[in-house]
Amino acid sequence: MRYRLLTAAFAATAALNIAGPLQAAELEVTHWWTSGGEAAAVAEFAKAFDASGHKWIDGAIAGSGGTARPIMISRITGGDPMGATQFNHGRQAEELVEAGLMRDLTDIAEEGKWREVVHPSSLLDSCTLDGKIYCVPVNIHSQQWLWLSNAAFEKAGVPVPTNWEEYAAAAPALEEAGIIPLAVGQQPWQTTLAFQVLLTAIAGPDAYTKIFGEKDADLAAGEELAKVFEAAAQARSMSAKSNVQDWNQATNMVITGQAAGQIMGDWAQGEFQVAGQVAGEDYTCLPGLGVNEVIMTGGDAFYFPVLDDEEKSAAQADLAKLMLSPEVQVAFNLKKGSLPVRGDVDLEAANDCMKKGLEILAQGNIIQSPDQLMSADSLTQINDLFVEFFNNTSITAEDAQKRFVDLVANAD
Amino acid sequence: MHEARRPNPLFRNLSAKIAAIPMILTALVVFAGGTIWTIIYSFTNSRLLPRENFVGLDQYERLWSSSKWIISIQNLLIYGVCLLVFSLVVGFLLAALLDQKIRFENTFRTIFLYPFALSFIVTGLVWQWILNPQFGVEGIVRSLGWTSFSFDPLYNADIVIYGILIAALWQSTGLIMCLMLAGLRGIDEDIWKAARVDGIPMWKTYAFIVIPMMRPVFITTLVIIASGIVKVYDLVVAQTGGGPGIASEVPAKYVYDAMFLSQNLGQGFAASTMMLLTVLIVLIPWAYLEFGGKKRG
Amino acid sequence: MADVTIPVSAPPVHADEALVGPSGPRPRKVISRRNIILYGTLFVVAVYYLLPLYVMIVTSLKGMPEIRLGNIFSPPVEITFQPWVKAWAEACTGLNCEGLSRGFWNSVRITVPSVVLSIAIASVNGYALANWRFKGADVFFTILIFGAFIPYQVMLYPIVIMLREIGLYGGLYGLIIVHCIFGMPILTLLFRNYFTSLPEELFKAARVDGAGFWGIYFKIMLPMSLPIFVVAVILQVTGIWNDFLFGVVYTRPDYYPMTVQLNNIVNSVQGVKEYNVNMAATLLTGLVPLIVYFISGKLFVRGIAAGAVKG
Repeated sequence: MRYRLLTAAFAATAALNIAGPLQAAELEVTHWWTSGGEAAAVAEFAKAFDASGHKWIDGAIAGSGGTARPIMISRITGGDPMGATQFNHGRQAEELVEAGLMRDLTDIAEEGKWREVVHPSSLLDSCTLDGKIYCVPVNIHSQQWLWLSNAAFEKAGVPVPTNWEEYAAAAPALEEAGIIPLAVGQQPWQTTLAFQVLLTAIAGPDAYTKIFGEKDADLAAGEELAKVFEAAAQARSMSAKSNVQDWNQATNMVITGQAAGQIMGDWAQGEFQVAGQVAGEDYTCLPGLGVNEVIMTGGDAFYFPVLDDEEKSAAQADLAKLMLSPEVQVAFNLKKGSLPVRGDVDLEAANDCMKKGLEILAQGNIIQSPDQLMSADSLTQINDLFVEFFNNTSITAEDAQKRFVDLVANAD
Repeated sequence: MHEARRPNPLFRNLSAKIAAIPMILTALVVFAGGTIWTIIYSFTNSRLLPRENFVGLDQYERLWSSSKWIISIQNLLIYGVCLLVFSLVVGFLLAALLDQKIRFENTFRTIFLYPFALSFIVTGLVWQWILNPQFGVEGIVRSLGWTSFSFDPLYNADIVIYGILIAALWQSTGLIMCLMLAGLRGIDEDIWKAARVDGIPMWKTYAFIVIPMMRPVFITTLVIIASGIVKVYDLVVAQTGGGPGIASEVPAKYVYDAMFLSQNLGQGFAASTMMLLTVLIVLIPWAYLEFGGKKRG
Repeated sequence: MADVTIPVSAPPVHADEALVGPSGPRPRKVISRRNIILYGTLFVVAVYYLLPLYVMIVTSLKGMPEIRLGNIFSPPVEITFQPWVKAWAEACTGLNCEGLSRGFWNSVRITVPSVVLSIAIASVNGYALANWRFKGADVFFTILIFGAFIPYQVMLYPIVIMLREIGLYGGLYGLIIVHCIFGMPILTLLFRNYFTSLPEELFKAARVDGAGFWGIYFKIMLPMSLPIFVVAVILQVTGIWNDFLFGVVYTRPDYYPMTVQLNNIVNSVQGVKEYNVNMAATLLTGLVPLIVYFISGKLFVRGIAAGAVKG
């Protein structure tokens, strides 16, 4: 299977070669995919790129925004930009584009009919500024998952819940059985993630988009959001005894049945697989907490800084095309565990949970990730509030909601 | 002091002046220049890239209305005072013990110093484990039958900063000890001999003779510890990421997060300007005492 | 600053050789209550310091299933060196599956010149400030000390611009300069204060003998300052060897130091966390500073033995 994919990828790049000029160039690519599976996925890009006659110079740096940003900005302002770089798409790269530092990919996109092949098309929208396309979306990662330990519910004598309400209702029984109802790692980003998932699932995708996209403060003050904050308060007490730091330690509590569930992105599945557990038998996954089955179309994208060197610019174009070619998309995303950005490829190797994700994607139940809708600065303030609320039991749901409304009203 | 105070100042000391050129350049261009640059841009609304779009004191108003910043400062105060006191005391005591002409001095010194060599990321992780209530110290003491024993600093917002302090002390006292030891080794042998001849007890020799003689070394140590305190960042990120909640946030992390995570350079510059201002308030009187106070010769 | 020596300015008595004995504060017996307390204390403190190291070593020798069981203090049931091999030679960062070994020589190429240059500059600075003070020196020095308190991150962009202007951005030399700059405040302070604590008479005597700026530096100050040089080496080797941020911001991938690989192995957020490989990688990266500590520690001999004064 893998072998066939590989040859397919090679064939695709060979085809590219015929089309494009045959000048080989070295291209430095910065990204933050360094763990085992991620590295293997990047290798697919690199292999395909090298096969096209160019050379991929790998600049892998772990640690996404906080580490990547200073490097990118420094390299670009220092007059020595890399050939391509991973970056969160959406609003975060806006300024670089406005300053004319990023290459306009519109020609390549039109030639490759990206508008038609990229699915959902909102991915391409977040690469677009003033009608021009500046980045290549490469995958879709979703955060909206609730992972449940079937063994834990069995022990507590309650059926495995199918949505958040049932889950919250089962909490007392779980606690009686000595099980922590909800595992949450102490690191702030995990709280933020859990909270955002609660928000999108319970308030629903429309409310979410209005609040984060249109900064609708009235809606933020409304009843739907009150429910979200109540649910978050529930989650707060359900996770009161959870005392681990890393997300995978929390996942491990679910795997061992010490905790009943965890809200975490699709990458958590890797841990279940490593522990030899089977989806549906040992653990259950509920996308969108079983309430609103939506997933966020967050994901990774590549930007291409403007370069003087003509050969390198040509190589950039080749790389951009190649990243979206069907063969490379399949090879890359199977390794990465994420979903491809093209609707027209077949992922037969995906497991049950991944298939659920694909189905939701096919139905179009998708929302944009908050960093596509809101500036990083406003988002950080909101996230800070979530984190504070989640860790400080003296803040009531009403108080938190009031502060949330203020932040939304002032957001940009 | 010394000969440098003689008249005809321009060509006297020429080698010293030439030798000091790198220092002068660094001080003026990098540190003074960079700081002024930072202050100027703290009045702008720069986001991802520095831009000259001035907004007055907006960034400062927002800074001081942020509970994260206020907590950062409180944490820094607690952390700073404790670390300063403990690392000085422990560092000096260890150095004094090692200075007793003991065997295996090199081994002991390396043992106390090795934490300094290890990356913060993993150091934080190991202390995270040791301080974890389940499988760390608390779990072990409880399994010994002491079931009411409670020690979970990293998971309790009220004391989390002390959990970070434990790791910080472990990491940094070795270096302080080395500094102190170097200072002690700079003390003339004859002074010890003279004190012994006069029958002065050892603790008195340390307290009234040796420590005052080591004043310059203490100042060095103080500056090293203090600058480390102000800049503390990695350890917090590695151990708690600022959590639980925002209970272990520190100013340097606030600056970094503002600049590179929330893409608000202006806010980051404003926060660092406040930090540097505080440093200046402490530093200028000290410099005055150090240089202005005793023009000798 | 050396004015505090007054209480003991009485000429030292060399008459009774028996009294002098081994040069510690007190004469030494092999087994005494004092020694038991001394070594006992040191031993207990050493255990506290070694505990995390123990956890790290033990963890690095376990397989992942065993780590998942969760007892961090228990010794490994089945010892495996695979994590060490993986950390050094196999861990992948992007395309390159060469582990830490890939950046090792880059780290050496960065660390050696940076350490030597920064200490050379700072020791001369400190010496000039302590013994050859010139007008305005205090002002520069105060600014320099102030620089020690500036969070590095704030200075990232201004330094990028400066390096670009002098054409050193992106290469090894630029990075070395950056390390010298950020090492300068603490090191200069270190040397200045150490030199001022040395007896003034030494300096004066050498001046009377007609020695100049460099003569005194090399013949008198350097030999008497080995302990403080050791401290400076410890500070710089550790700081530069473990530096990550400057390494990635001011150079290209060809020059990336070992810590970039360490960061990539340890700092990946998504995906499976291999704690055993993390521990092994950290210990491996820490080895170089540790070896430096141990070897250079031999130079920690008593600085001002009576003999040195004569030189």
